[in-house]
Amino acid sequence: MGNVITLMEESVLSTHKAEMDTLLTSKGDSQRTQYPYVTGTSVIGIKYKDGILMAADMGGSYGSTIRYKSVERIKQVGKHSLIGASGEISDFQEILKYLDELILHDNMWDDGNSLGPKEVHNYLTRVMYNRRNKFDPLWNSLVIGGVKNGHKYLGSVSMIGVNFEDDHIATGFGNHLARPILREEWREDLSFEEGVKILEKCMRNLLYRDRSAVNKIQIAKITEEGLTVSQPYSLKTFWNFAAFQNPTVGAEGSW
Amino acid sequence: MDRDATADVNAPHSMGTTIIGVTYNGGVILGADSRTSTGLYVANRASDKITQLTDNVYICRSGSAADSQIVSDYVRYFLHQHTIQLGQPATVKVAANLVRLLSYNNKNMLQTGIIVGGWDKYEGGKIYGIPLGGTILEQPFAIGGSGSSYLYGFFDQAWKEGMTKDEAEQLVVKAVSLAIARDGASGGVVRTVTINSEGVTRNFYPGDTLPLWHDEVEAHDSLLDILNASNPEPMST
Repeated sequence: MGNVITLMEESVLSTHKAEMDTLLTSKGDSQRTQYPYVTGTSVIGIKYKDGILMAADMGGSYGSTIRYKSVERIKQVGKHSLIGASGEISDFQEILKYLDELILHDNMWDDGNSLGPKEVHNYLTRVMYNRRNKFDPLWNSLVIGGVKNGHKYLGSVSMIGVNFEDDHIATGFGNHLARPILREEWREDLSFEEGVKILEKCMRNLLYRDRSAVNKIQIAKITEEGLTVSQPYSLKTFWNFAAFQNPTVGAEGSW
Repeated sequence: MDRDATADVNAPHSMGTTIIGVTYNGGVILGADSRTSTGLYVANRASDKITQLTDNVYICRSGSAADSQIVSDYVRYFLHQHTIQLGQPATVKVAANLVRLLSYNNKNMLQTGIIVGGWDKYEGGKIYGIPLGGTILEQPFAIGGSGSSYLYGFFDQAWKEGMTKDEAEQLVVKAVSLAIARDGASGGVVRTVTINSEGVTRNFYPGDTLPLWHDEVEAHDSLLDILNASNPEPMST
């Protein structure tokens, strides 16, 4: 039913293409940079023994307000890849539409081949960089991960088109809070359980220290066999330390 | 001090607003206040911010009055043609996605937050929030406008899944009323629109029928009525 509805929208557009084009697409301004409105925070990805694990919370912030708490920021792309996004959610939704079209055309070739994470990453790098050159960026930091023909792939692209590949990747605050943990604890042969534990350690840290973090997360796994995105769940947090009880005794007014 | 008091009556009309959309078991209820302000002046104290797109889909408008009106006009126009071509009522999802297209592709020029709500035979009652920037999110309930800042906590506590139509209506009226109490840019009457399989119902709750909140007092015709009442107390020496 979902696909039928999308086709109906397309048919509305195609009948009045020229007129609607000017209204529904914007080719106006010669120079602009936008501002993000509804934003997602960190995404973390790691390679593990059987594939890739990716984690992100489900928050959509509106400035300093935590406005939305059920935003899915990790999505499937074709058969072999996962994409996680931080930054402006409307731009992520648009990117998902571009990727839908990319995968559709890939499937229409019907040649037994299918785009893997490396190809998707390359495509997105081109999209992001070209938008940056027009001073009209898609305001996102993206993490692409996947497995194809036994090869694990994990990469990231930023809103200015900077892209690279690594064994562990993070966006936003994750770069500062999660990467150091991953540099210490990541290994090539992590099991699924160990990988999840490390990601949860990172996410808990982000929950303590990132103002825009929300305690509802999803962890996604992709292997040669297939992919799953977990149901949303929350992490326990720990506050019962002696040092937290009376921190300003002997120094009233301090914090 | 004086230059603010007269206000800028030529300032763009903005609906500092409170808008709400809520699903219940059977349909949706849209609610809004009725204040449109230009700067500090209330240009329209009885606006109708709940606008019809089709028989079964309505939207709540917030932000720039001009921007939200023009977006709703275009989407109404597109949906009308879509309905003719489709041969049956448009779905709420299509309406919401058309609003998103306009909001997203013109994000640098538009300043409007919209809540789309309606009922169709495929998905039943649905609410879609489309804030600034053109993000589209399907939600069990949505709040928007300047007055919504005061309602996040209220809804966190008061919202329940699977309410009846009357419970949902009472919740919406209470919420808009609370927002009006604290948001200077919201005021006037509370309007609600209920949409379900049976059709559409509009309701109107004048300011004087709304409950009184903290530090608000009962309305009277005149001081004289108070003085003439059996307990002549108000005039102190």
